[in-house]
Amino acid sequence: MELSRFPAYLAGRLVKAAVVVLAIVVCNFFLIHAAPGDPASIIAGQSGSADARFLEQLRAQFGLDQPLYMQLWLYLKGVLTLDLGFSHRQQASVAALLWDRLPATLLLTGAAFLFAIAIGVTMGALAARRVGTWSDSVITVLALTFYATPLFWVGLMLVLLFSVTLEWLPSFGMMSVGVELSRIGRVLDIGKHLLLPALTLGLFYVAVYARLTRATMLEVADQDFVKTARAKGVPEGRILRRHVLRNAMLPVITFAGIQAGQLIGGSILVETVFAWPGIGRLAFEALLARDYQVLMGVFFCTSVMVVLFNLITDLLYAVVDPRVEVS
Amino acid sequence: MGGFWRNFCRNRGAVVGLVILLLVIATAVAAPWLFPGSPWDMAGMPFAPPGEMGMWLGTDSLGRDVAAGIAHGARVSLLVGAVSTVVALVIGIGLGATAGYLGGVADDIVMRFTEFFQTIPSFVLAILLVAIFTPTIGSIVFAIAVVSWPPVARVVRAEFLSLRSREFVQASEVLGKSRLAIVFGDILPNALSPIVVLSSLMVASAILLESALSFLGLGDPNLMSWGFLIGSGRSVIRIAWWMSVFPGIAIFLTVLSLNLVGEGLSDALNPRLARNREGKA
Repeated sequence: MELSRFPAYLAGRLVKAAVVVLAIVVCNFFLIHAAPGDPASIIAGQSGSADARFLEQLRAQFGLDQPLYMQLWLYLKGVLTLDLGFSHRQQASVAALLWDRLPATLLLTGAAFLFAIAIGVTMGALAARRVGTWSDSVITVLALTFYATPLFWVGLMLVLLFSVTLEWLPSFGMMSVGVELSRIGRVLDIGKHLLLPALTLGLFYVAVYARLTRATMLEVADQDFVKTARAKGVPEGRILRRHVLRNAMLPVITFAGIQAGQLIGGSILVETVFAWPGIGRLAFEALLARDYQVLMGVFFCTSVMVVLFNLITDLLYAVVDPRVEVS
Repeated sequence: MGGFWRNFCRNRGAVVGLVILLLVIATAVAAPWLFPGSPWDMAGMPFAPPGEMGMWLGTDSLGRDVAAGIAHGARVSLLVGAVSTVVALVIGIGLGATAGYLGGVADDIVMRFTEFFQTIPSFVLAILLVAIFTPTIGSIVFAIAVVSWPPVARVVRAEFLSLRSREFVQASEVLGKSRLAIVFGDILPNALSPIVVLSSLMVASAILLESALSFLGLGDPNLMSWGFLIGSGRSVIRIAWWMSVFPGIAIFLTVLSLNLVGEGLSDALNPRLARNREGKA
């Protein structure tokens, strides 16, 4: 796209992202009020022994004695100043809890994403080069299999194989507890703990990206500029890398953006299986304790992550593909 | 109809899928006769491995029969999958038809709404909904429907956009038929085939979603389900692998069969497309 129009494009995207985030906050607000029972006791956590004074304090904080629009305003004001509430159960602010767990989740989802892209695109490219051979069918079968397998079950089966039977890899946590390790040792230790969760979360997307890459590469390979390159005598390997694969990456980028929400949803399951100390595990703990403040914080935080990720892929797309129109 | 069957049967995977699916449905229907009594009751020693004490899939930590749990769980999985898909179809067709038929501002509003639901992490929303409305079969169906209607709305909208300017629709408009009659009598029947294909895939993902929710402890506490079985086997996987392995295989086979049937339906309803694909691959 033309450089002069880029700021307008960026501004449009930012406004859109802000609207989505705002809508999520409103959604959270109405969920509390749609739930059966007293909003104050829901905010406090149902199964808790919420005492009368705490409930009173919550009523004042959320303005529950005021009209609905005032309550919404108070809630919005709170969230926009990053006050996501207080977890009575964990005796910490929700924002602090989320902030604490964010790095682990980013590490897990990032590793899974990179693994899926790297292996998936390679497999897809190979399959596209040898259409109709066994490697082609292997990808179709793998994709069907991983579409149909529950993520958490894949995790458990990997634990059964690599931790219980073979005893190669640790089955839970993010690092070994109670051992003194050098800095490199610590990194290796985290890497060892990361392997199974990232593999679990990434496997499904390997199949997805492989299929997508294969389909778009076949499509691009038919186009005129590839024929031109071939007619010019450009070596086949170079055509594949510079002309075909590069163009085939565009749908992969778009799809990565669309899938971001699913990836983060999946991380809740994977973190639960592997006791990975991230936001997903926090959500599971909050679920067990019926700690709704934390759950809503998780919903807010993961949504913001997805919106940001979409923003990045949109911008990346606009930079990579000059044909994208500014709208 | 004969042509439909022939095209469906040409896809061998689809036939295998249909057979598996029928077996699962048969198990679900026959569960009360195959395994009389409640699947929650103790049937033998705790942690009996498969094949021992007449429990061919073993028992769990409280001596409950895993096979009975899987058979009774099939009822819940299929029921939740089917009902939540119907609810999602109603929402998706309603919104998609409105957007596609009316166009303009209505289209804009509905599509922004749909985009919003496609952006937010749907699984997290489902968790939140079930947790806040307390886990019952009703809230689970509701939560799954709320997060799975967007693709229906998109497909229906696209179909309506292309169909509404066709001659047979214009003819109905000239004849003075009401809008509702045109939408349900003329356009919708012609948009059915992509909806049918999509719904078999939706049942599959609803079953996966239900199992994930009950794995996290958000299942209906009165109903046995596959996700619950795997969830309760998670902490004892070192001593009782069968508790989590077999229910997972049940989910895998059911979801796989639905996906295969979906592909077969797609081939049978768009025979031209299917032949093209065969030619290309």
